[in-house]
Amino acid sequence: MCVTCGCSDDAESTITNLQTGEVEHKHHDHTHTLPDGTIITHSHNHDTQHEASQVHAKIHNTTISLEQDILAKNNLIAAQNRGWFKGRNILALNLMSSPGSGKTTLLTRTIHDLKHQLPINVIEGDQETANDAQKIRETGCNVVQINTGTGCHLEASMIDRGLQQLNPPLNSVVMIENVGNLVCPALFDLGEQAKVVILSVTEGEDKPIKYPHMFRASDILILTKIDLLPYVQFDVQKCIDYALQVNPQIQIFQVSATTSVGLESWYAWLSARVANFSISVSV
Amino acid sequence: MHELGITQNIVAIVSEHAQGAKVQRVVLEIGQLSAILPDAIEFCFDVCTQGTVLVGAILEIREIPGLARCRECGAEIHLNKPFGVCSCGSVQLDLITGEELKIKEIEIE
Repeated sequence: MCVTCGCSDDAESTITNLQTGEVEHKHHDHTHTLPDGTIITHSHNHDTQHEASQVHAKIHNTTISLEQDILAKNNLIAAQNRGWFKGRNILALNLMSSPGSGKTTLLTRTIHDLKHQLPINVIEGDQETANDAQKIRETGCNVVQINTGTGCHLEASMIDRGLQQLNPPLNSVVMIENVGNLVCPALFDLGEQAKVVILSVTEGEDKPIKYPHMFRASDILILTKIDLLPYVQFDVQKCIDYALQVNPQIQIFQVSATTSVGLESWYAWLSARVANFSISVSV
Repeated sequence: MHELGITQNIVAIVSEHAQGAKVQRVVLEIGQLSAILPDAIEFCFDVCTQGTVLVGAILEIREIPGLARCRECGAEIHLNKPFGVCSCGSVQLDLITGEELKIKEIEIE
């Protein structure tokens, strides 16, 4: 399910009519489970049409085997973006989180603190408004806003277009601030070198196991707003354990962008990553 | 709702391969660990196929169960979420199946 728009449902959903008390369970009319556990579901209720088309296909041999990856186009553009970044020696990071985790605050703080060491430019993704982009612009760095409208994530083609506008300099860092959403952005490769998930201590320590795709896809977890720990119920160790259960390789930083606690280790990682990236490109 | 964009991709890819012919059936393989809801794809499919050669086509979704191999002991483990713990205690699991997102085949007139 998409946390941004709350759309869709699961197969167990029920609809209750409070006037009649009638409860309707959603189910598939045509679901089969094969011996290996594969579940096959057919849409519509066109039993006869289905059988007829199968017979038709057998007679006329009109079945085309595609075996095509549905995200292939996005992945191809992402690969082109990755090459574009590499050719310019630009480190690109994809920052993802739920809305309100403190992404923009962490980003503006990072840009402010590192602007004399690392040139950082930003691609800002939001469904609507340029509010965050304006906050980032105030730090003096270049920023391009991408509004996705109804879309709940950035896709590689949007980054491709955004980069033409942003025109980041050689040997720099591009931060891509994704749309606030812990589900959809995890699926779409943008061509970044690393995915960074940001989680605040006001959100609950069980987010890594509630949204495992996001935490599994990410290289880095930045736990933000740790200055609020005395005021909220958040078990840091449990959160870390959950994150490592989902992704044993994930690297975790605990920071507060307002008090600056823990930021040095995040900056050290960023600087080291830039240095390593430069070496790997020049070799 | 990423399923909407994904369904639009499906319609675009199938239309391209159908080369103008009417599409009768589309078979998808969706891994159960792929963060894609078959229900949502079905919902979007009816909407996205309007005015295309896919209109009225039957959508068949094959859900592929999750299977992983333990890096420590090599055991194969069935998963219903994209992480888990092996009976040897390791959480270092490599996914073998369950992340598929593929158009398997199409049937045209």
